[in-house]
Amino acid sequence: MWNGDYTFLLSNLIQKDFKVRYRNMSLGVLWSLLNPLVTMTALTFVFTIIFPNPTRSFPVFVLCGLVPYSFFAMAWGSGTGSLIENSGMIKRVPVPREVVPIATVLGNCLHLVIQIGLLLAFVLAFGHGVNRYWLWMPVVWAMEIIFVCGLALITSAVNVYVRDMRYIVESINTVLFWMVPIFYDFDRVPQRFRELYEFNPVAALVLALRDILLKDMAPPPALLVKLTLASFATLLAGVLLFRKLKKGFYDYL
Amino acid sequence: MAVIEFESVSKRFMHSGGAKLLRAHVEERFRRQRQHEVFYALKDVSLEVGRSESLGVIGGNGAGKSTLLSLVAGLCAPSEGSITVRGRVAALLELGSGFHPDLTGAENLRLNASLLGLSRRRTDEAFESIVDFSEIRNFIQDPIRTYSSGMILRLGFSVAIHVDPDILIIDEVLAVGDQRFQAKCFDRILQFKQAGKTLLFVSHGPELIRKLCDRAIWLDHGKVRMAGPPDQVLEAYAGPTG
Repeated sequence: MWNGDYTFLLSNLIQKDFKVRYRNMSLGVLWSLLNPLVTMTALTFVFTIIFPNPTRSFPVFVLCGLVPYSFFAMAWGSGTGSLIENSGMIKRVPVPREVVPIATVLGNCLHLVIQIGLLLAFVLAFGHGVNRYWLWMPVVWAMEIIFVCGLALITSAVNVYVRDMRYIVESINTVLFWMVPIFYDFDRVPQRFRELYEFNPVAALVLALRDILLKDMAPPPALLVKLTLASFATLLAGVLLFRKLKKGFYDYL
Repeated sequence: MAVIEFESVSKRFMHSGGAKLLRAHVEERFRRQRQHEVFYALKDVSLEVGRSESLGVIGGNGAGKSTLLSLVAGLCAPSEGSITVRGRVAALLELGSGFHPDLTGAENLRLNASLLGLSRRRTDEAFESIVDFSEIRNFIQDPIRTYSSGMILRLGFSVAIHVDPDILIIDEVLAVGDQRFQAKCFDRILQFKQAGKTLLFVSHGPELIRKLCDRAIWLDHGKVRMAGPPDQVLEAYAGPTG
């Protein structure tokens, strides 16, 4: 039916999200840097001074967890609300609906690139060098983006029918802050829970990043396999469910 | 061959308007009768529109005009019956739909063109011509929220007409344009008709229907009450209400 230019449409929608967000902020892109820095400082204060722990270079350790987590939480949250937010457009323009949540998720990526830059600057500042395993980074980040796209397709579509979905996503994000090893070491997690942790793509990404950036080693193949499987399975589930649910969008929006 | 074909099409909506919270879904499960919550926006409508024909749609508020246009535009699926639409559709259903108030006119122009299916290259080529047609060049770098409704119409119509659709759908929006711009749109639509394209047009203004349309249908509570030459249908329509 709609046989337009997908990449042009996607790039316009991403630019729209991006421009609208940053035009309404006087500090603009600076917020992307300030936000993780403030959280990093607070967590470092709590976990080095109040609860001292043996982890070395804690600020960069915690940043390895914060950057993937905050991207995940932001992208998933905004993706979930995207169909409702663009309901005017969806009810009046016959554009393929999948594009809307995906563009919203991808709209967070510039934000992410800036934060990854910040993370790498900290890694270098704390005396870790560049190594060949850095080449794994685009792969693991791509997996997280694929994972969030899948999740956003599912929850944005469900959100059209059950508007509480937004709050459920918020709650899951709050729980996830504790269930992803952001401010604690994965080694502290009891053996019987570790398998489960590795199937959470956000946790898997944090582990992979720490291996690459702080331990100078390649992420273990088993971890990468789980990350890839979980991400693509989520995307597939998202595409299928979205295709089923989109038929009723007009009636429910 | 007909470009638009409706075969006993019905469209149902729920009275609740759809939007529901978890609680409502749970309550729905436990309730026994649900039939009374449904109403028909369109009921058993059959029609055909041929190539280079222009069909005017008239009727009171809530008669199903917008639902009809939405079905042709492919925004929703019929509850019953079947619809065939052949060719590229551009729909101007609501003023500024798909526009974002914080983006400039130029940014919205590109966004809207891509929403209507124009490629990047075609948009770049048509950009100047779209701006010229809209006659709002001096404001094209201002955010849309500063625009009047007439200016938004100018931009929206200019983009839609440059998409070069096979079927153009216009829902009432022309009313907010000033007389000169309306006349300009009118000329453009005539050219469009002469090029063998199809027009679907909703208006409360009888003159526009009379001038633009070859045929008209009168929708009343979701049913086609009358179809025929615009003059006859308009006269019948004006009779009982006026």
